[in-house]
Amino acid sequence: MLNNITLGQYYPLKSVVHALDPRVKILLLIAYIAGVFIVPDLTGFVLVVLYLALACKLSKLPFRLLIKGLKPLRFILIFTCILNLFFTGGETPLLNLGFATLTREGLINAVRYSLRLIFLVLGSSLLTLTTAPVTLTDGLERLLSPLKVLHFPAHEMAMMMTIALRFIPTLLEEADKIMKAQSARGADFESGRLFERAKAMVPLLVPLFVSAFRRAGDLAMAMEARCYHGGEGRTRLHILKVEKRDWIAILITAVFIALVILEPHFVPWHL
Amino acid sequence: MSDEIIVLKDVCYKYEESSHNAVDHVSMTVRRGEMTAVLGRNGSGKSTLVKLINGLILPDSGTVLTDGMDTQDDEHVWDIRQRAGMVFQNPDNQLVATVVREDVAFGLENTGVPSTDMPERIDAALKAVNMTDFAERAPHLLSGGQKQRVAIAGILAMRPDIMLFDEATAMLDPRGRKEVFETVRQLNREGMTVVWITHFMEEAAQCETVHIMHDGGLVLSGTPQEVFSDRERLQNWRLDVPPMAALAQHLRAAGVGLPEGILSIDDMTREVEALAAHL
Repeated sequence: MLNNITLGQYYPLKSVVHALDPRVKILLLIAYIAGVFIVPDLTGFVLVVLYLALACKLSKLPFRLLIKGLKPLRFILIFTCILNLFFTGGETPLLNLGFATLTREGLINAVRYSLRLIFLVLGSSLLTLTTAPVTLTDGLERLLSPLKVLHFPAHEMAMMMTIALRFIPTLLEEADKIMKAQSARGADFESGRLFERAKAMVPLLVPLFVSAFRRAGDLAMAMEARCYHGGEGRTRLHILKVEKRDWIAILITAVFIALVILEPHFVPWHL
Repeated sequence: MSDEIIVLKDVCYKYEESSHNAVDHVSMTVRRGEMTAVLGRNGSGKSTLVKLINGLILPDSGTVLTDGMDTQDDEHVWDIRQRAGMVFQNPDNQLVATVVREDVAFGLENTGVPSTDMPERIDAALKAVNMTDFAERAPHLLSGGQKQRVAIAGILAMRPDIMLFDEATAMLDPRGRKEVFETVRQLNREGMTVVWITHFMEEAAQCETVHIMHDGGLVLSGTPQEVFSDRERLQNWRLDVPPMAALAQHLRAAGVGLPEGILSIDDMTREVEALAAHL
């Protein structure tokens, strides 16, 4: 039951977006998010759609994969819509429901906040779909490494994330094994109320934790035997290099941000 | 370059929570290029012994010289660990990265090897253990024997002189065990000094020198022929002789004229054929 898990949502393909330097991708995502937040009116979202469509097209990802990322968001979306529709206030009533008034401002706000949320998630999904978790970690480490001056443990964090990624499948496999062993001796993980089911997990979690700690001890010893002594003086197998395609991506994003900022000046109407 | 690559002189080591020495006044030497087995039942101190060799633990008394360097000397810690690589028992708990290639690179990254030199060394190491085709795989999808071979490649890439194996085949199925042992034998033939900790007599029988540990002490050292000649003595330390040696002993007791020193199936067939030729 625990197999067939994919870690993160990386979708391996050969595309320009996949090949971009992870550091650049992370920074571009931050720029894009800023862009989504400063979009001044609804018309501005056309620019966001265009930008995202271009990125999606270049990444060769099937569009439905991106949309799938929105599914867990649906309740928050509905909630945001309702809150904004009825509690924004404003001067131009469109519909009076007795207990609340639907205003033009409310309607605009509901659409704006929902679009913001949707585009935030779509953009982030694009990053995680096109970047392998380890590459992402690598990029983060290098982006954060200037903070080492302030004693921020960038290397240690990246190392922990890599090890976690390495051991999640191993521990899942082990959990599966323990579960089967317990089931064979009559343990029941599937029926009962929530509380009973949670209680049934205890005999699973205890051995799992014990073994995880043991593995941690073993791994630390093995890492030490292989000369691991922290991030200092360490070289890397992969050299990250900002290439021409990265500069083009940066340029496109810069144009996008500029257009978003300037948009009210060349669009006559305001929504 | 002295011929004696590992020298232990009257070494003692005690774990903090324990009341007696895990390694008790042990002196031994390993010659360059030799394949040495250390045998002993659980808790005899054999794992502790190898950890002393690459400085994972430091002796309470006595000295350990690895490739001429004292493990007590802080300056040499990383040098020693680079030259004396170690492969552990559990194949899952010693691989760090999510891709085989990157795991092999781990030791190189730690020792500050320039990025440009890495691919060549990684490829050579993977080739030596016959895992080239698996370079881009995820370690958790490999078999136990394959994982151990990746671990060996990770050490090989660091270009060590000595490889220490702490029961590296104990958790493998017979096929994986053979796979790993043959890989190590090949490395030894190419000049690698190997210390092979095991509780499998058949494996020890194929090494050049066998040391037997019991209750922290080194109780017997010699060639496999010498060590396995006396079954009763071995049983004192709760060890058995290799199956073929036991069979030869039974046959001798029954009056079959087999010589001493039969350890493997090959030895046995050779001697039986020789006997048959005389009939």
